[in-house]
Amino acid sequence: MALILPGQLKEKYDVIVVGSGAGGGQTAYTLTLEGVNVLMLEAGRNYVPETETPMFETADQAPLRGAGTPDKPFGFYDSTIDGGWTVPGEPYTSASNERGRKFEWWRARMLGGRTNHWGRYSFRNGPYDFKPRRRDGLGFDWPMDYADLAPYYDKVEMLIGVYGDNDGLENTPDSSPGVLLPPPKPRVSDLLFRKYAGGLGIPVVAAHRAVLSKRLDFDRRPAKLHPGNPTAQRLVREAMEGRAACFWATDCGRGCAIRATYQSTTVHLPPAMASGNLDLVTNAMAREVTTGEDGKATGVTFIDKTTGREHHAAGRVVVLAASSGETVRLMLNSKSARFPQGLANSSGLVGKYLMDTVGASFSGQIPALENLPPHNEDGAGGAHVYAPWWLYHEAAKLGFARGYHIEYGGGRRLPGMGTASGLEWLTGGSYGKKFKEDARRYYGSFVGFAGRGEMIPNEDSFCDLDPVVKDKWGIPVVRFHWQWSEHETRQAAHMQQTFAAILTAMGGRMKNKPQPDGAKAIANGGVIIHEVGGAIMGDDPAKSVTNQWSQTWDVKNLFLTDGTTFPSNADKNPTLTIMAQAWRAADRIVAELKKLNL
Amino acid sequence: MTTPPRMDRRTALKWVLAASAAMALDPQFARGQGAKPAAKGYGTDPDLMRHYKPGELWPLTFTDAQRRTAAALCDVIIPADSESPAASAVGVVDFLDEWVSAPYPEQVEDRDIVLPGLAWIDAEAVKRFGKSFDGLGEAQTTAICDDICHTAEAKPEFKPAARFFATFRDLTAGGFYTTPPGRQDLRYVGNVPLATFDGPPPEVLKQAGLI
Repeated sequence: MALILPGQLKEKYDVIVVGSGAGGGQTAYTLTLEGVNVLMLEAGRNYVPETETPMFETADQAPLRGAGTPDKPFGFYDSTIDGGWTVPGEPYTSASNERGRKFEWWRARMLGGRTNHWGRYSFRNGPYDFKPRRRDGLGFDWPMDYADLAPYYDKVEMLIGVYGDNDGLENTPDSSPGVLLPPPKPRVSDLLFRKYAGGLGIPVVAAHRAVLSKRLDFDRRPAKLHPGNPTAQRLVREAMEGRAACFWATDCGRGCAIRATYQSTTVHLPPAMASGNLDLVTNAMAREVTTGEDGKATGVTFIDKTTGREHHAAGRVVVLAASSGETVRLMLNSKSARFPQGLANSSGLVGKYLMDTVGASFSGQIPALENLPPHNEDGAGGAHVYAPWWLYHEAAKLGFARGYHIEYGGGRRLPGMGTASGLEWLTGGSYGKKFKEDARRYYGSFVGFAGRGEMIPNEDSFCDLDPVVKDKWGIPVVRFHWQWSEHETRQAAHMQQTFAAILTAMGGRMKNKPQPDGAKAIANGGVIIHEVGGAIMGDDPAKSVTNQWSQTWDVKNLFLTDGTTFPSNADKNPTLTIMAQAWRAADRIVAELKKLNL
Repeated sequence: MTTPPRMDRRTALKWVLAASAAMALDPQFARGQGAKPAAKGYGTDPDLMRHYKPGELWPLTFTDAQRRTAAALCDVIIPADSESPAASAVGVVDFLDEWVSAPYPEQVEDRDIVLPGLAWIDAEAVKRFGKSFDGLGEAQTTAICDDICHTAEAKPEFKPAARFFATFRDLTAGGFYTTPPGRQDLRYVGNVPLATFDGPPPEVLKQAGLI
């Protein structure tokens, strides 16, 4: 393989993949290990986690003690490069700036995209999540069942390494035996959460996160992942041997130099590159998918951001995995006489049914956690426990469809700007030696709850092209339209009420009361960074953009392997499902290429 | 970045009164006050492996007089005790200066609170005790700080000063507890590689009422 310059492009590739995150990474991994010749285009720069990750750097070594700024919104040490809520020279627009109608879009212009900083939550959609309309008449069903995707969930989990338990809970699938890695022990704040939420009937179990709590079994897993393919087995074994187990320090959001967490750059791309079947061009801003007279995709036109020059790469198959916003933008910008509404858009549904996750949060202070004896709580650099949705049978009483899970955190974390700030409500305004005592007393005694719930797709949440605004290369930009329904806002209000009840049961104190108005509690669209949909899959070409293999109905050699095809957005964080879907789609591409069907 | 948000007009007017009194006292203050924050930040792709020092990325603001006042006040908030040194002894004044000199909106907003706040507290020291703030004894600093340390309970005439004090205390604490002595003071023992993660020890579970 090679990291190449646009001038070094081969004449033609089997497959061109646009995007290098969870979807693009998985697609390239599967294809290249099956011997398919792939070109990957990434809009950001190359990124090398082994040498660029600030693992043990502390806030006092960073500008502004590491606090977030518009240049680095999640803090100086967050791994995101050339990204965040705005990207200089690459605008997007929102049809409304009203609270609740505005959409905020997080991008990361770097190899591996948003997989470098994500929370590593890796939840499977359950059987209900594939047939939501059948259950309550809302939204859309997937053109597949859980059983179709289950083997791919197993494969992805075996490859990337996910810790967690099999709890046998409703619509919260177990993995096959031997697939999950052991979860880390709960922190003391986790145990309080489990005890008191449990008392309210809310189950608290081990989180599922893509962090190696032990090294992957590189003797056995490669053969299970790639039966009958010794080359793939060797490459995957080598890649797995190159990954260390978590050493229980540093926040995963920084990325991981020892490759103990899943990032596309630590898991998918190394074996794909070692296969010799992947060419990678970075700083390549895709402008348009080109098509031939037969209506098939012929390749991708892109701008080399380092020179501003336009290039064309030719391929037999084109895969878009650039994130919902970018994939839709590319399709709508690929207009031609044959495709006047944009590519693969005869249904008129490209851009429609954009979804994010319902998000609301709450925090408080727990007296039982004050002045605890010093002990190391860094753990797996993120959550150890969570609460899956528990009220599947209460929908009628709740006043909203679907549900949410609770992400939770507390503990004696590496001190930052917020560690001893805003204590006035507890201390009465202490300063001097008393303040120092208070800081010691309250350090590590705060907990936070974040609800992550399902949004039902609606007609008013979509994206199209802005009729006026273009980016610095003259490419029309995406414009977002957003509207929550009462299903989402009522769910956000329920989250607030639930979190306050749990906090109270834990003996906690709250600075602010729970927000009873869900429209005020809910985060803006896009803020949870789980945007999916925009080109949904289905059984009917008139009502969907792709079939169940992420293959567009109109252009049979065009596939979408990011979250764009999701017909629903379960409360389960989408990354694991994106990867399982991408693997399944890539298997289909391999089979169809062999049959000369593409 | 873009134009920073300004403080609202009413707040600004209150500060102008306090600040103008201070400027009349100290000609150096006017120069410091007039210096604009830097126009550019560290960008969207800074080197994350380098260790940065205040003043490296953008010019600092504090005059000598502001530094003295800031040092005195941050040591009133975090003095030396048996556990750790005072805030000014571990570089917190440099950090405060870096913060109020930064080009980002949040920091510019804090600058508009901190610089007039330092002027106010110095003027208040002169008014009450005939000395600048850094020359006051403990009883005298306490007399001023007790009036402004609790936003909710501060008398109306001290509300803007109380908001300043709350901001200054948060920044001082952030600056202090992120240093090695600050982390040690909190008994933070992480950020080191471990072979195993063993969870909370029994004495922790016992104190938290879990066993």
